[in-house]
Amino acid sequence: MTSIQAEEEIVKTMEDKRKKEQSLFRKLIKNRLAAFGLIVIFLLIITAIFAPLIATHDPNTMDVTKALLGVGEQGYLLGTDNFGRDIFSRIVYGSRISLIVGIAAVLFGAVIGSLLGVAAGYFGGKLDSVIMRFMDGLFAFPFILLAITLMTVLGQGLINVIIAIGIANVPGFARVVRGQVLGVKESEFIEVTRSLGAKHRRIIFQHVLPNSLAPIIVYATMSVAGAIISEAALSFLGLGVQPPTASWGSILKDGKDFLVLNPNMATFSGLSILITVLSINLFGDGLRDALDPKMKV
Amino acid sequence: MGKYIFSRLINMIPTLFVVAIIVFLITRMIPGDPASVMLGPQASREDVEALTEALGLNEPIHIQFLQYIGNLLKGHFGVSLSYNQPITDLIINRFPNTVILAVSALIIAFMIGVPAGIISASKQNSLIDYSITTISLIGVSMPIFWLGVMLVLYFSVNLGWFPATGMGSMADGFISYLKHLILPSITLATIPTATFARITRSSMLEVITQDYIKTARSKGISEFIVIFKHAFKNAFNPLLTVLGLQISSLLGGAVLTETIFSWPGMGLLIIDAIEKRDFVVVQSTVLFIALIFVIVNLVVDILYKVVNPKISYSTNKGGTK
Amino acid sequence: MSDMLLKVENLEVQFRSGSTLTKAVNGVSFSLNRKENIGIVGESGSGKSVTATSLLRLIPDPPGKITGGKIIFEDKDLLKLSDKAMRKIRGNEISMIFQDPSTSLNPVYTVGNQIVESIETHQHLNRKEAKEKAVHMLELVGIPEARKRFSMYPHEFSGGMRQRVMIAIALACNPKLLIADEPTTALDVTVQAQILNLMKDLQHSIDTSIIMITHDLGVIWESCDKVLVMYAGNVVESGTVQEIHDNPLHPYTWGLLDSQITESVSSEEELSTIPGSPPDLSLDISGCPFAARCPFAEEICLEKTPEMIEAAEGHFTACHFQTKEHRLDRKEAKVDDRSNIKS
Repeated sequence: MTSIQAEEEIVKTMEDKRKKEQSLFRKLIKNRLAAFGLIVIFLLIITAIFAPLIATHDPNTMDVTKALLGVGEQGYLLGTDNFGRDIFSRIVYGSRISLIVGIAAVLFGAVIGSLLGVAAGYFGGKLDSVIMRFMDGLFAFPFILLAITLMTVLGQGLINVIIAIGIANVPGFARVVRGQVLGVKESEFIEVTRSLGAKHRRIIFQHVLPNSLAPIIVYATMSVAGAIISEAALSFLGLGVQPPTASWGSILKDGKDFLVLNPNMATFSGLSILITVLSINLFGDGLRDALDPKMKV
Repeated sequence: MGKYIFSRLINMIPTLFVVAIIVFLITRMIPGDPASVMLGPQASREDVEALTEALGLNEPIHIQFLQYIGNLLKGHFGVSLSYNQPITDLIINRFPNTVILAVSALIIAFMIGVPAGIISASKQNSLIDYSITTISLIGVSMPIFWLGVMLVLYFSVNLGWFPATGMGSMADGFISYLKHLILPSITLATIPTATFARITRSSMLEVITQDYIKTARSKGISEFIVIFKHAFKNAFNPLLTVLGLQISSLLGGAVLTETIFSWPGMGLLIIDAIEKRDFVVVQSTVLFIALIFVIVNLVVDILYKVVNPKISYSTNKGGTK
Repeated sequence: MSDMLLKVENLEVQFRSGSTLTKAVNGVSFSLNRKENIGIVGESGSGKSVTATSLLRLIPDPPGKITGGKIIFEDKDLLKLSDKAMRKIRGNEISMIFQDPSTSLNPVYTVGNQIVESIETHQHLNRKEAKEKAVHMLELVGIPEARKRFSMYPHEFSGGMRQRVMIAIALACNPKLLIADEPTTALDVTVQAQILNLMKDLQHSIDTSIIMITHDLGVIWESCDKVLVMYAGNVVESGTVQEIHDNPLHPYTWGLLDSQITESVSSEEELSTIPGSPPDLSLDISGCPFAARCPFAEEICLEKTPEMIEAAEGHFTACHFQTKEHRLDRKEAKVDDRSNIKS
């Protein structure tokens, strides 16, 4: 096989993949639950972007005279919290924190985890065992506990939440990517590329990574759901974003203390978390089925 | 078998070592002077210096690390400043409470999740299958700290059936003890229940298309025996593999659950210690939980081999899982 | 008691997947007397296995469904039995062994357990007696050290030994009918003959009838009294082994015969194959299902479905050109002259 033929072969494989991906969207739409998930995610993104337009009040304006109003009272859609802040507006703004943390923390974890996973899987040997030992060590900590421990050290704040949850996401990505790389590495297609004298970097970034993309995307989607729950959990424990920033977790934390006086704070903030996470999981399930029904993440 | 357990034990050592390094590194990441952070802004300079000395923070970092490892090997976790108690005692007091909670949750998850998954798979594409699949998807998406709060709202505040917080003591009778246990264990059981249902379903669906299930049916045995004897035992392995991960998420979930219900376990200890800025307690407790997790995973792995006679006991066969 | 053990009339089985309906078995009829063996032969996808599995009503439903016909076993129509009554037949009066012994035994139970289960389900024996019977069955199927082997797991047995275990399970309750679905296909050539001989020996000692499903005519010549040749869900030819062997009539049977490896085929002579592949059973087929691949096919074959006629005594075939008036010359089959079909 000449190198031109090999290149053509590779290009053809890529084109086949692209064709597959075109029908991916159709498959997702066909799967009604996944489509529902996608719509909710879309609405959520709209809400986060246009929060100032959607919110009926400023989320942080306090008015103690109007504290703990019920649903619909004095024009407050979901009532007010203990400081007289509008619960609805706080939930609308809270979507921003959830989305930012969800996406940024997973990106953080995915980039670092994938690099480590590729390095471990592709080069193997000592490097592999050192990296994976370290990942095993990180895996020994329950996800949320690792994030909690990191937050106690880093201190409250949006960036720190992203870093903490991002680090907790690293070992998972490293394992998934390493597994994929090991599989792809052995495939004939990579052997052809290597026999043509391609450089490591070229092989990894042009061939190995793109070919292991599907499971990584599915895993990342599911991880966003996990990161959103984790952010809410951290804020619920008082270790997340700094008050008075509205986050679903911190609204729930306040709501827990005023459960009797105004259960809406806790109910609706938590419901937002559940619906968001459920939608992402529905979408992720559909994505997995569409990309590869046999794939297990 | 003994050889297998021994080699797994040897394999565990580097992981534990890495765990210790990670905890050490995290605590050294605290910005500023740990001693003054722990003592708070009102502390006198003498107190800070004394604590720095006591924690060995004056030593170079590698000496500190060696001291830390040395203490760990001796089982010496140090003394808590805020509790005025050896940390080992604190953990020994709290650990059983977390175990009770986690085991109750695991039992609930097993008793409900596994049968639900089996029923779902054996009635594939029926209404009951769709219901179970939907409920379990909601289950795995559940923010359990919210569920816990909602359970308190309905069953403690509104209905008054169960106490909202605390752990009953056996001295008040078994019923009171159980009443305290129910809401926290349901909260903690949610995600494992849903996960077990999902795994059991997909694993059963794979098994019931196998030839040996057709053989079993061709013998004229009842569908009940086909499903529960022939299919389920084969579908059990994937459940055991996720059990290890579930233990991890249970221990994590316990932190949240214990906080909501003021359940005096390890999780509440960590959160209390964080509020009291008692980092030594946080560090030791987190380390202890990681240790427990590694050991539990080892036990699960061994169980896996016991249940599955097909797997050889040699550890390095092929190198793939 | 009549001599008739099994009579299948116009059996139809369909599989539904989404909106496509596959007619896997399309009106199969045959009958079988006591102690008689019948072979069903055909390519994969011809419906032979589906026919066999349907007899025990073990077609997975959904997607499969028996949509028509009768299966008269002794005096009962199996298709009209309750599930419970059907279970009393399975493994007791009719047993089945499957193609791949490496996957048809449950890996997590000992072979002893799997034989005992069958015995306990249908016979009123206590555990100890059932175990003795199971050990006896293992000895009967020629497994050495049966008592020790009793408590071993399937993965500790070789392929041939596993198939012996399957036979032990199937025969444990002295069934009147044994359905063997390609019992030797997955085995080594040397082991195949052993298994066939074992089945023959055992048949004489317990008086059972056998339905032998295979794609290998050699197996049929060895072990059967009657043959059913199936193609695309239909029976195209049936008769006694003697008749079909000496005087095959249907062009598809000729094709099968020509593609068999026999001693007479020298290495220089090229082994012939049937060109093309079986039709898609989810489409409506008009005319003879074999027409598209038949070297003799003419217009009529594409338009009209040939009827099953008795071409010689007890020898039936469904071909427009194999009637009492018409005869084809088999030699022509070797010449692949298909120019008379419009494509």
